[in-house]
Amino acid sequence: MALTVQLQKRYGDFLLDVNFTVENGEALALLGASGCGKSTTLKCIAGIDRPDRGRIELDSRVLFDSEAGIDLPPQKRRVGLLFQSYALFPNMTVERNVAVCLGRLDQRRRRERTAELLALLRLEEQAALYPRQLSGGQQQRAALARILAAEPRALLLDEPFSSLDSFLKWQLEQELREILGRFSGPVVWVSHDQGESRRNCPRVCVLENGRSAPVTDMAELMTNPGTVSAARLSGCQNYVSIRPGPAPGLVEVPDWGLTLRAAAPWREGVTTLGLRADRVRPEEAEEANAFPCQVVRVVEDGTSLLAALCPEAAPPGAPLLWMELPKDVWAALPDHARLLVAVRPEDLMLLNE
Amino acid sequence: MDWFPLYNSIRIAAVSTVLVFFLGIFAAQAIAKLPRLVKGVLDVVLTLPLVLPPTVVGWLLLLALGPRRPLGGWFLETFGLRLTMTWQSGVFAAVAVSFPLMYRTARGAFESFDQTLAQAGRTLGLGNAYIFWRIQMPVCRQGILAGTVLAFARALGEYGATSMLAGYTPGRTATVSTTVYQLWRTGQDGLALRWVLVNLGISAAVLLAVNLLERREGRSWP
Repeated sequence: MALTVQLQKRYGDFLLDVNFTVENGEALALLGASGCGKSTTLKCIAGIDRPDRGRIELDSRVLFDSEAGIDLPPQKRRVGLLFQSYALFPNMTVERNVAVCLGRLDQRRRRERTAELLALLRLEEQAALYPRQLSGGQQQRAALARILAAEPRALLLDEPFSSLDSFLKWQLEQELREILGRFSGPVVWVSHDQGESRRNCPRVCVLENGRSAPVTDMAELMTNPGTVSAARLSGCQNYVSIRPGPAPGLVEVPDWGLTLRAAAPWREGVTTLGLRADRVRPEEAEEANAFPCQVVRVVEDGTSLLAALCPEAAPPGAPLLWMELPKDVWAALPDHARLLVAVRPEDLMLLNE
Repeated sequence: MDWFPLYNSIRIAAVSTVLVFFLGIFAAQAIAKLPRLVKGVLDVVLTLPLVLPPTVVGWLLLLALGPRRPLGGWFLETFGLRLTMTWQSGVFAAVAVSFPLMYRTARGAFESFDQTLAQAGRTLGLGNAYIFWRIQMPVCRQGILAGTVLAFARALGEYGATSMLAGYTPGRTATVSTTVYQLWRTGQDGLALRWVLVNLGISAAVLLAVNLLERREGRSWP
């Protein structure tokens, strides 16, 4: 019992080629840069866009199969899609927006169920208001109430927070997670914010130029993204070219004039070293992979701090190394112009292009 | 003063507006879904009566509906009905010239309709007819109403094609506009002036209605 998606769609030179499976009760993050086909993928699953080829299956019901000529209309798919703009009907009150999706029930049951859903999403006081009178968060909850009214078997969320002010997002994210926690079907969560998907989805599918990578655990994406673009989507800040070192387990970083020890073995096609800024630390004791750096500039970011470093052995014009650390740790450092930093061998991410 | 021309004008305009309302909406909805090239060609054809001289439209209509023409002849033979020189002929003329106004305003309104609303409706299990009549039409109702009022006004003031198709028979096909012409031609300026004033009053009321509709734009739902 799951959602299995396998689809291809061509737009001129661009080919969307997506394959993934989401189990019931599981949230899958669909992560990719903007314009890589995330929204189109959701629309194809919901049935408001049509793939050129492929097969989409939900709970062993075939929603779309190009070879068998099956293409269920959106009304029959039972897939709930939360639009970026929420798409509430502007000519109907919140209550009516929910009630129209309960057409299958008789009048009395319909009223009861509407009241239940409005209570569940804490919209009782807004029942008689029109969408335009609601705040962004209320609009989102109204849209969710409406989707739940239709009793979908799968939920698709298209950048659920993109049209909200950032200060609202945190609170709403917790609320959304609570609602999703009660949903028993598969959930696909489209986002370009890696923090948002990291917090809410244990599984992830990365879309690169319209092609989906195999589904992996979110933790795996964070420690071993495999490619440069996946590393970027996972929020990694530092990239530098590397080549195999003089001995197994060593990699050479010509741009920084360094040879570092890596825990991961060298593999074919690796071109780049990825380093997360929060994994670069001031050296504590004598350890491997320690090297001196000049501090080029410092950027404060709330309670943490980003330091741009230049390894001392680096030739001129080398890419900077960004280090992120709590402000108090930075303040306790003896020297703010020159640092001895270290990276653990297991934090070196070897990346293919 | 014989009020028949006013009654006849309003009767023709009302019937043609009802027809044009549905025809225009149907055409706007159907054409929006067609491929670009077909859309462009059909758009020109359907808008043509707006820019053609009404006499040309009248002549073209006579070509089809005249008693010795294919359609008109067939009607006369089969049902014994003449399609010209009756008050209903005025309806044909009014439909032809006012259709483009309804079609174009409806199309404009539908084009600015946010398609994600329709898509959301479909994923929520709502039928296409429900989405069209209960969501798209209410959301576009300002444009649709404006188009309807304009089409009504155009039908009410129609002269050229009407005079060719329905002619001027006092008490049978006479409308306000054909009456004004007839009164002027026969030198009855005093009576003509009265009809002119009636006409001015109706036109002013229609324009006022359009303006009121436009002013309410965007304030329909809070």
